[in-house]
Amino acid sequence: MRFSFDGREIPYVDGQTVAAALWAAGVRSWRTSRERAAPRGLFCGIGACFDCLSTVDGQPNRRACLVPATAGMVVTAQSGPGAPAAPGGGPAASTPSGAPAGRRCDVAVVGAGPAGLAAAATAAQAGLGVVLLDAAPRAGGQFWRHRAGDTGAGHRDWAVFAGLRAEVERLVEHWRQTEVWFVEPGFGLHTSTGVVRADRLVLATGAYDRTLPFPGWDLPGVVTAGGAQALLKGSGVVVGERVVVAGAGPFLLPVAAGLLAAGARVEGVYEAGDPRGYLGHGRPALASLAGKLPEAARYARVLARHRVPYHTRHTVVAARGEGSLSEVEVARVDQAGRVVPDSSRRIACDALAVGWGFTPSLELPLALGCATWVGHDGSLVVAVDPAGRTSVPDVYAAGEVTGVGGAELAVAEGRLAGAALALSYLRPAPFGAVELTRLLSRRAALRRFAAAMHAVHAPPAGWPDQLAGDTLVCRCEEVPYSRVVEAVDELGATDARSVKLFARPGMGWCQGRVCGFATAALAARLCGRPVGEGDLAAFAARPVAWPVTLGELAGSAGLAGPAGPAAPGGSRRGPALAPLPEPAPEQQ
Amino acid sequence: MTAARVPPVSGRAVDVVVVGAGIVGAACAYFAARAGLDVLVLDRGPVAGGTSGAGEGNILISDKLPGPELALALLSATLWRRLGEEIGAERIELEAKGGLVVAATEAALAGLAALAAEQRTYGVRAVGVPAEGLAGYEPALAGGLAGGAFYPDDLQVQPMLATAHLLRAARAAGARVRPGVAVTGVLRGGRGGRVRGVRTAGGDVGAGAVVNAAGTWAGEVAGLAGVALPVAPRRGFVLVTEALPAGTVRHKVYAAEYTATIASDRAGLESSAVVEGTRAGTVLVGASRERVGFDRGGALPVLRRLAAQAVALFPVLAGVRVIRYYTGFRPYCSDHLPVIGADPRVPGLLHACGHEGAGVGLAPGTGALVAAALTGAPPTLDPAPYRAGRFA
Repeated sequence: MRFSFDGREIPYVDGQTVAAALWAAGVRSWRTSRERAAPRGLFCGIGACFDCLSTVDGQPNRRACLVPATAGMVVTAQSGPGAPAAPGGGPAASTPSGAPAGRRCDVAVVGAGPAGLAAAATAAQAGLGVVLLDAAPRAGGQFWRHRAGDTGAGHRDWAVFAGLRAEVERLVEHWRQTEVWFVEPGFGLHTSTGVVRADRLVLATGAYDRTLPFPGWDLPGVVTAGGAQALLKGSGVVVGERVVVAGAGPFLLPVAAGLLAAGARVEGVYEAGDPRGYLGHGRPALASLAGKLPEAARYARVLARHRVPYHTRHTVVAARGEGSLSEVEVARVDQAGRVVPDSSRRIACDALAVGWGFTPSLELPLALGCATWVGHDGSLVVAVDPAGRTSVPDVYAAGEVTGVGGAELAVAEGRLAGAALALSYLRPAPFGAVELTRLLSRRAALRRFAAAMHAVHAPPAGWPDQLAGDTLVCRCEEVPYSRVVEAVDELGATDARSVKLFARPGMGWCQGRVCGFATAALAARLCGRPVGEGDLAAFAARPVAWPVTLGELAGSAGLAGPAGPAAPGGSRRGPALAPLPEPAPEQQ
Repeated sequence: MTAARVPPVSGRAVDVVVVGAGIVGAACAYFAARAGLDVLVLDRGPVAGGTSGAGEGNILISDKLPGPELALALLSATLWRRLGEEIGAERIELEAKGGLVVAATEAALAGLAALAAEQRTYGVRAVGVPAEGLAGYEPALAGGLAGGAFYPDDLQVQPMLATAHLLRAARAAGARVRPGVAVTGVLRGGRGGRVRGVRTAGGDVGAGAVVNAAGTWAGEVAGLAGVALPVAPRRGFVLVTEALPAGTVRHKVYAAEYTATIASDRAGLESSAVVEGTRAGTVLVGASRERVGFDRGGALPVLRRLAAQAVALFPVLAGVRVIRYYTGFRPYCSDHLPVIGADPRVPGLLHACGHEGAGVGLAPGTGALVAAALTGAPPTLDPAPYRAGRFA
């Protein structure tokens, strides 16, 4: 099967995205940036960064990492912003026909990853009418991202996923390929496929790769660790022939192991933290760590078998190449997180997978006014109680959005939120007190472990020292570090929001998803104070949660309905699920 | 805003404390410092943290009804061009893009022509555009319009950068700027209850005069001095699209009904799309007006209406994505005129506020009038229509 890219035939395998197929065909960039005309291709791989925009069948600015390849599709490279499509071409979103105008339900769960699946299944088992919304074509989120027909080889805890998926398929109306672009109090979820009105919400929107800028990080071939993983798990494409894996956090290990298993050569894993640091975190963390050791040991064996060096206290200081990546420079960092002078070395490679942990998707909780706090990893996270209740009545949150802690924790939190929802309707939870107690104590233990993990795998404190004046901080708006400095030193910015207003980081397509964490940190540092909740929130608040066309917004009768095989016809529709009267009532 | 520790504000007495580091406060500080006064700018938040950071940066002549507002707008536009030369037009994205006002019906076109004729008596340049001439200005404009008027002297500026650079120029002239310092009291007690300074979280500061440039929150500052000032919030939203190729929308384009929307006294939602491109490639779609206090909720119906109106003007925008929107609160006075100059009730207190949606456009003229009032220099414009005493 083939599609055309700038007149060239690109083969693809069913289920692959346009970006993956291009990558597999050796194409590393298919867009040039607006200001510098720099080449851009895949970066985050999961639809968060908007680097991979291309024109697909005449529709500009489509995220190639999300668009499934189809036969005969015409893809063209873009220079700068694509020209708007002719009017009447219709919205770019996939909007199959024949679906209802909307849904009213007891509970809407946003996100079909570990937490969302667990919450949806649990609430539905208790008899509640649940609609599950997710942007992906298949359930699983980032953790269980998989290809059609995947039997689970190479995945972790696949049996847990299979069980949750079966329950969701049996009991829950699942809207796939559905992006929620606006949430109203009370609650109205406006999505790319219709409107859902719900009495209670579970926000299980997960997280995406946390990135830090460094010279050359915008070169094609530099991708996030999660991007490399998504390319592999979602489309079966290996990010490069010679790959360097770097950053911080336990996630680097499965990324490296996955690449090795798929036949790539991994030139080295460079971890900024020092795992010996776990020893300083006391018995509770160590007890949890013990549970993780077999997995870590398995990865260590894989690395050793392939003679892949694993370096701790190392960080990437630069990436170089003409048009695409050909070399990475790494260096040692000292106890204080500063790069050790003269310790750097260069490694030839064609891909760098780099990640600094993950940062939550906070669009919906912030739009609803949920309280947040600066979590153990320094990212802004939603504040919840052990039942997943946020500060806003009837809004629950579970999983990474409440603080990154891994899939097992997310499942536990999803189940707890589902049980709490059942109780809020005066229905019994679908499991007993013993299980409830077990979940609560497991949650507490895993949260403690997560805190230790974040302390050990923190970004090195000296990371901003690597920035040159012309190093891009914001990829979308191509804001160099010098402009951030100017905003503070010359223009009087005193917080991250002012930096954003004066220098435009976070103002572009991705709305600060990629640069927000780092820019907030830089702004605070330049202002001579620690980063605060307000700095982080300045980049995390996105009242338009995902881009929506003016036509859809105007019509907002863009009420097509759920896509694909999960159309509601095939799902259970309990008494608490009813079609919405059409059109959805406006408040004014 | 978290309660940060406020470092002490230097006890040195100054000539003028300007309360508010928005565009109007920045202009007042700039002109006062240039006039040789010792100026301290205080704001409880960051620079351009209020309404100045939530608008499009309009410097419009076209929407001003003949009278004192048009006179102030013309003075301000002249001063903006001069400031552009001094600061660097590029740095503040000052652009003489011109405004195109379009009329959907013959009746609206006749109204537009009558307004333009009156404006011309003030020296405004306005070019009548027949229906078939519209595409020459805006190729992507919808068909079927009755005609329009083109105002070559409508300008646009990036309002946050303009505020920051004006303050920077004020600092170069000796002013001090202290964001993050809230004024908690106006000290009085000189002869006749004269202002003698302000109280801040960082200590008391002596001042010969206090300029209230607190925008939508100016009523609170006036209250600190013991007087009432009827400035109320009038909410507005601005939609921001993804970047488009240059030239998609070339001017500031709006429907003739917009001027009536501004002049309306209704509290309920009024909206009329104002569409324009920016140097960053994004297209901005304003402008709605509602008096709902400081409530930020219930945005969606307003956003929908703005989107529909924008698509009606530019059908090509239907497939263009919105990536964010701003919410702002314009400082509204019931007669739609700003309050500029000395408050007769409190010697030493001056106001520079209540510009509604035209604060960016009217800031330099306001600053010049305030500086003249502070120094006793003859004003370039009769300040009487803007006097604070008119609400008494």
